[in-house]
Amino acid sequence: MSHYYDEKDLEKFQEMGKYRADLFDNFMNYYQGVMAAGALTVREKALIALAVAHTVQCPYCIDAYTRVSLENGSNLEEMTEAVHVAAAIRGGAALVHGVQMHNVAAKITM
Amino acid sequence: MVPFARQLESLGYADFRALEVSTLQVNLGWRCNQACKHCHLQAGPERPEQMALSTIQEILRVAAGCSIPVVDLTGGAPELNPHFEYLVESLHRLGVHVRCRSNLTVLLEPGKEHLFDFFREHRVELICSLPYYQQDLVDRVRGPGAFQKSLEALRRLNRLGYGCEGSDLELHLMYNPGGAFFPPEQKPLEDLFRRELAQRHDIHFHHLYTLLNMPIGRFQDYLRKSSNYEGYMGKLLASFNPDTVSGLMCRSLISVAWDGCLFDCDFHQALNLSLIPGLPQTIGEFDLQTLATRPIRLEDHCYGCTAGSGSSCGGRIVGGEL
Repeated sequence: MSHYYDEKDLEKFQEMGKYRADLFDNFMNYYQGVMAAGALTVREKALIALAVAHTVQCPYCIDAYTRVSLENGSNLEEMTEAVHVAAAIRGGAALVHGVQMHNVAAKITM
Repeated sequence: MVPFARQLESLGYADFRALEVSTLQVNLGWRCNQACKHCHLQAGPERPEQMALSTIQEILRVAAGCSIPVVDLTGGAPELNPHFEYLVESLHRLGVHVRCRSNLTVLLEPGKEHLFDFFREHRVELICSLPYYQQDLVDRVRGPGAFQKSLEALRRLNRLGYGCEGSDLELHLMYNPGGAFFPPEQKPLEDLFRRELAQRHDIHFHHLYTLLNMPIGRFQDYLRKSSNYEGYMGKLLASFNPDTVSGLMCRSLISVAWDGCLFDCDFHQALNLSLIPGLPQTIGEFDLQTLATRPIRLEDHCYGCTAGSGSSCGGRIVGGEL
């Protein structure tokens, strides 16, 4: 194995159902239910998934949801904004933990 | 890869045939004022292929004699054929419904601006290419300036009543993806286009049709150069939808090439895959009874019409009403 990630591995996702197929089937039913149109459209859900993909930094998910977003009529402006939302929340989450740092520092310093 | 013919055979279509000829699709030539990156015919300004007047007269003979309800004009840019107006006027007089596939920008070419009024006078249904509602993607696929010209043409058509609510001057848009991916579901995309074009540009249309890019011609060149060919073909096969087969456009349409040769569709025409031997091969030999039940030539690029919701010159094949 020359590298850990191979784009063709995404097509092998079903292999995860080889053992404990019941758990995999439960996951897939849930997954498909979540991603189907509901109060949010498929297009909106794909943009959320794209943002989350960047947050969890999953190359499979980024590949998949870039395609799904384009295949649902989104454009690069919208998709880039979605990634900025992910970046802003990640950055904000880091920054807000600075309050913890202040708390700890206040506790142990004079 | 399972050959397409064998795929249909396994579904019980060992003898896959047309059901009727309700549309005569006439390709007036491969000349075009644009050279779009996805064009399966590799049309462009330098292409010399144009339908001659004698062939157009054969088209009119068939239209008059066979009572085919719709003649669908395509190209290239069909409007660039010097006999375009003669053909449309003659078909209109015969009471045939005329549909024209326009790239929009050709209507602003020198000497072509009279076509706006001409279309209205002859009640021509327009199916206009517009791959997105933003400039960057449209210009990348169709050439610099194409988007603004398309908007201008659409505004002028709207002013004449085309595409307006309640108007019988039909104006539909044709979407195709701007890359190696499949088209969106048709209805949500139509809703999106309707909202965005109205809000951004005050432009209106009746319906939007989605068309999958067929992996032939210029689009195949792009797929190969960008190392997307294998993945695209794999996805086409994986997305085969048996429910689309009964509604494939070749079952109700026949394609006439610029030189008068007959094909099962415009894609077969692009690849010069003639009708099955033994059938009439040219418009001069047209025989409605024979052609309406003809066996259809099946090739592996036909997977492009059966993926997902299916794809045709009238948009998706399955997946709800317009």
